[in-house]
Amino acid sequence: MNDMTHKGLGLATQTAKISASGVQVHYGTNHALKDVDVTILDRTVTAFIGPSGCGKSTFLRCLNRMNDTVASCRVSGQILLEGEDIYDRRVDPVQLRAKVGMVFQKPNPFPKSIYDNVAYGPKIHGMTRNKAELDAIVEASLRKAALWGEVKDRLDATGTGLSGGQQQRLCIARAIATSPEVLLMDEPCSALDPIATAQVEELIDELRHQFSVVIVTHSMQQAARVSQKTAFFHLGNLVEFGETGDIFTNPKDPRTEAYITGRIG
Amino acid sequence: MTDISAAGAVPATKPKNSLFVQDDLTRRRNAAETRFKYYGIVAIVLSLSVLAVMLFTIFRDGTSAFRQASVAFPITLEAEILDPKGARDPADLAKVTTIGYGNLIGQQFANFLIAEGIAVEGISDKDISGMISRDAPGRLRDMVLADPSLIGQTIDFNAYATGRIDGYMKGRVTLETAELDRNVSLEQLQLADKLIAAGILTSGFNTGFLTNPDASDQRPESAGLGVAIIGSLYMMMLVLIFTLPVGVAASIYLEEFAPKNRLTDLIEVNISNLAAVPSIVFGILGLAIFINFAGLPQSSSLVGALVISLMTLPTIIIATRAAIRAVPPSIRDAALGVGASKMQTVFHHVLPLAMPGILTGTILGLASALGETAPLLLIGMVAFVTNYPSGPFDGGVLDPATALPVQVYSWASRSDPAFIERSSGAIIVLLAFLVIMNVAAILLRRRFERRW
Repeated sequence: MNDMTHKGLGLATQTAKISASGVQVHYGTNHALKDVDVTILDRTVTAFIGPSGCGKSTFLRCLNRMNDTVASCRVSGQILLEGEDIYDRRVDPVQLRAKVGMVFQKPNPFPKSIYDNVAYGPKIHGMTRNKAELDAIVEASLRKAALWGEVKDRLDATGTGLSGGQQQRLCIARAIATSPEVLLMDEPCSALDPIATAQVEELIDELRHQFSVVIVTHSMQQAARVSQKTAFFHLGNLVEFGETGDIFTNPKDPRTEAYITGRIG
Repeated sequence: MTDISAAGAVPATKPKNSLFVQDDLTRRRNAAETRFKYYGIVAIVLSLSVLAVMLFTIFRDGTSAFRQASVAFPITLEAEILDPKGARDPADLAKVTTIGYGNLIGQQFANFLIAEGIAVEGISDKDISGMISRDAPGRLRDMVLADPSLIGQTIDFNAYATGRIDGYMKGRVTLETAELDRNVSLEQLQLADKLIAAGILTSGFNTGFLTNPDASDQRPESAGLGVAIIGSLYMMMLVLIFTLPVGVAASIYLEEFAPKNRLTDLIEVNISNLAAVPSIVFGILGLAIFINFAGLPQSSSLVGALVISLMTLPTIIIATRAAIRAVPPSIRDAALGVGASKMQTVFHHVLPLAMPGILTGTILGLASALGETAPLLLIGMVAFVTNYPSGPFDGGVLDPATALPVQVYSWASRSDPAFIERSSGAIIVLLAFLVIMNVAAILLRRRFERRW
């Protein structure tokens, strides 16, 4: 499978941001992820697709070690972020998560003001020296998340009072406020209506110019619309990984074909 | 049913049922539901009526404790009796005992009655001085010792009437009961009628009930809750100081940091078991450890607070853990996702959201601790304490004190009817404290509640 990874034309100049090899995940006795090898390129949107329970979210959560919070979870194999093994004993997951931000399935703003939601990350990482710098980061993040225009007059209003789509964009703004290098998105649009979904997808396309984005999605249309690379997971296996166009128009594996045509999943 | 099914195009295999007619199953289900509703209503009515009966009895018996009869008359503090040497030397003044003051008061009161022209045929001098509480000489002596310049002056003195006279004004003592009572004579009651008519014997709000210390069987009229209220306040303060940090820290550790293994399971089970241990057992524990082993003073609020803390801790831990668990995991994910450490996640996000639950649980735990009696009996807080503990920063928590529920218990076991009345009155005060604490819990909950 690895041989397909670097085939993409025009992407040859892009460097690998994350390269995972031989990743295995066990939840207790349940072997959730079997020997996954994926390379995620810089400034690229990579989509993980597959039926429920196939391990795509599990793999995503390995990339910023959110799986550490699950007591029964064991991860083996190697995941390199710019050549450094993120599961090395010397790595503090807190520092890792500042570099690899995450947006969750359900919008989960803090029950604080919009401003505090975005400012929280920069504050705890000591990224600013004064209020003016913090204000600038908050504004820039909200602008990047295409939310600034809607909330600039009510930054003190509580973040949970926004609509679902706005909340999700607020969560994206919060995630990018710490200037991560990789942004992980776990089904970010599953709780959103089509209009909000379109806004978030547009946003993902914008973000691609600055970050490497990894998105887990149930919607194959969404994967086709926003991603350049697609990985198809099935029953804990990475079945196929390649150019999005190839996966959807010319799948190599019969299981991929069955899934994208709606016969399994 | 008939006309609809006749017109219906239903397959013949299944008979058509009209929606207008209930079938047997539906009727049985509806009947079960109605029965269940009535069980619930009966249960609520039953418990409310028991509560109503309880409150009614307490208030019927207890409200009179908040009124007290007193006698007001001028008294001349004669120098030759109170300070025979005339030097105003405190050492000399202290030599005059309450008996001397008692004689002075009895004499002055008799003289005052003669001057006012109030007389009852056949009344003895002992009966006249017996109208006034035996608490009065002590109070007058304290006044004089505090301010010797009063000697030689005539002051307006306000003394409690004795418990029987007070009872007569409240209707508890009547002419019929007085005939059988050795503690009060018919002449005294006749005199009381005249004094009431003259406005000398009056009944007013009994502030002494809330401020005075306990008093002996001979003078129930001067018994009050002062020491018990101070003791209970000290204990609640200390319990709060001991339990809140420990309870919250333990809960946070168990909920957020502790690995899930046999050991933590064992700890959890034991915390729940501790909450169910009878309180008297904690009393014995406190007696053995804090008093016999550690040598802390008996009857002190500190020991009471330590024992009650042990009892309250499991309640607070259980409430706090429930509050922490109720914070949605998505908030933790969000905080961890932006790179907050575990500790930042807990203190910046989880704890503020769990705060209303923690505070409510703590206050309710304190409220149940406030009413706790059994362990305090064992560590000696049921003692007869007539001296106020000193201030909280002068070692007052080591001084002997009682607590409200214990005071209720000890008054209820005394024979004088004035103590029975005070016992119910003390329950009212205790209930008032509990209501205040519960209202505080509700207000705090409202104040801190946030939605997510």
